[in-house]
Amino acid sequence: METLPLLKKLSEASGPSGYEGAARKIVRSLWEPLADDVRTDALGNLIALQKGSGPEPRPVIMAAAHLDEIALIVTEIEKGFLRFYSLGGVDRRILLGLEVIVHGKRDLYGIIGTRPPHVLPPSERSKVLFWDKLFIDVGLPEEEVKDLIRVGDHITFSTPLLELRNGLVSGKAFDNRASVTALTLALETLGHQEHAWDFCAVATVQEEVGLYGAITSAYGVAPQLAIALDVTFAKQHDDSAAGVFELDKGPTIAIGPNFHPQVVEQLRKTAGALEIPHYIEPVAGRSGTDAWGIQIAREGIPTGLLGLPTRYMHQPVETMSLRDIERTGRLLAHFVARLDSDFRPQWEDENE
Amino acid sequence: MSEALINKLQTLSEIVALSGHEVTVRRALRPMLEDHVDEIRVDAMGNLITRKRGDGETKLRVMVTAHMDEVGLMVTDHTSDGGLRVDSVGGINAHLLPGLQVLVGEEQIAGVIGLKAIHRAKESEFSQAPALDKLVVDIGVDSKESAVNLAPVGTPIAFPPKFRELGATMMGKAFDDRGGCAILTTLLQGERFAFDLYGVFTAQEEVGLRGAYVAAYTVEPDIAFSLECTVADDLPKEEDEDVSPTTELGKGPAITVMDHSYVTPPHILRLLIEAAEAEQIPYQLKQPGISGTEPGAIHRAKGGVPSVTIAVPCRYIHSPLALMNRQDLENTLRLVRAALNRLTVDYLQLA
Repeated sequence: METLPLLKKLSEASGPSGYEGAARKIVRSLWEPLADDVRTDALGNLIALQKGSGPEPRPVIMAAAHLDEIALIVTEIEKGFLRFYSLGGVDRRILLGLEVIVHGKRDLYGIIGTRPPHVLPPSERSKVLFWDKLFIDVGLPEEEVKDLIRVGDHITFSTPLLELRNGLVSGKAFDNRASVTALTLALETLGHQEHAWDFCAVATVQEEVGLYGAITSAYGVAPQLAIALDVTFAKQHDDSAAGVFELDKGPTIAIGPNFHPQVVEQLRKTAGALEIPHYIEPVAGRSGTDAWGIQIAREGIPTGLLGLPTRYMHQPVETMSLRDIERTGRLLAHFVARLDSDFRPQWEDENE
Repeated sequence: MSEALINKLQTLSEIVALSGHEVTVRRALRPMLEDHVDEIRVDAMGNLITRKRGDGETKLRVMVTAHMDEVGLMVTDHTSDGGLRVDSVGGINAHLLPGLQVLVGEEQIAGVIGLKAIHRAKESEFSQAPALDKLVVDIGVDSKESAVNLAPVGTPIAFPPKFRELGATMMGKAFDDRGGCAILTTLLQGERFAFDLYGVFTAQEEVGLRGAYVAAYTVEPDIAFSLECTVADDLPKEEDEDVSPTTELGKGPAITVMDHSYVTPPHILRLLIEAAEAEQIPYQLKQPGISGTEPGAIHRAKGGVPSVTIAVPCRYIHSPLALMNRQDLENTLRLVRAALNRLTVDYLQLA
């Protein structure tokens, strides 16, 4: 599959936390031809199984990329204007002037607006507006708005994917549809590459509100090893401090207590063998990704994390490198293909 | 009629033309006007000045203006890692810019404006909106040399074109003042008036009414009307706020009584109100005090020119997308036409 149209389709789909249906439908259609079985669990996680070639009972590796995106939710309708709040960690600094889609009885375009700046005292003009000053305007009369939209309806950003120079792309919900893209590319590769382990690709739900899909899908899949795929911070004009990574220099392999050392080691070896550029990303504690939820499922699951460097995270102009997405998919596929049937991540002192 | 007017609004609003770069609008207007006016020319400021001769006895010279330029940004510098520093061309609230896609230069190179991730921003970085001089347009290049090459200093940066109809409301960029341009074009394409009508599509309104100053000098009108799109502030308000809506969507054209730049002469105001009432056209008086418009330049030209602004109310002007009501656009055209049809020298006499 071509990465750019795949990412475009996934980025522009709607899927706020808890309302991932539209995005899930698209992913299901992409995964069904590539998998032996595709199912949805009770929380809405989409789980695709690609059977391995090893002897039964086969170990399972689960790769998780969250499907949900940060969004907004209608809290009140006043004079035909919508008041709203964040669904996930929305950045209030970027809201003014954006076009959105309100998912009411039908999809409605709207603008995020406020009163004109000249009505504010000068001291207030430089402050980031709080929720009570922001409205969504769908341009319709009050009666029609009340008929079409209810409190609790969700709202997504209407930002098409944009191609920048040097193979960079920008758009909404790259966190984490870019990882869903990489996961889809890995499924495609593993469709015609032998692998001993069963491979379970999971598009998880509700990551942005508390890693909930990761927790239930890890329980359901019960893997022997798991890799989470998510975005990480990229170097950008106003952020070059520690903990950011340049675009187009490969994914990050995370290291820290959230990650099993042998999983990290195997990821590094695979990247090295394939000459895939990559960073080692130190994460001192909570990774804030599906890996954090998966690690403590059942009796504990050895887990790793691949990060896609992203500028302007949680803004509808998230920017990343297409090549990094492809490298992530390739690294994951080869990591899976290189797992021996009898390999299990172990602690160095486990057999002492 | 209505559909044709809306098509003009769409066509004209989708054009990119920042102050000083109005050539793109002029190029679109010429073929729309050439068969309908008797003279058409471009002056030193870049104003497009047309003359449609009258078919009556009167020697009145009447000028109607609408400005071609829109607000946007300009490249002022480049960062070492290939970002573009910007200043605003016309009044843009810097709050609006983070999170937006933009188009850079004539080639319309795609760019985005983003901020440090919310996860990494300090409290101070999160509560205060970043100033314009802290923002960077990212076009994807990673060196200063590439940035300078693709977008040298002075390159204009625009909001991307978009036009949608949301029921009776239209959404788009640059309605201020392509809405005025659409109305003026329609007037010039119609029947002759009794007097000579000078239809002037002005340059550089957004940076200080620059085109209007010289157009008024050249045309020497006896009376001038400026067609605008103006602030509507009809959103919900707290009780302790300034509750003036300035104008409201759907309540008809807004006639200016006074703004920051001029005071409308009472006899001109009377002409418009009598025309509206005779033709049963809804209208509203723009609540005084907000913004400056071209009569601010025109009324003081030469020996003085009685002038007035008639505007289509728009929510969110000077931002990437604005909203305008269809009937307001249509009724603004009707009101101007009705006023021009009633206009006689008698209206120019001070009481």
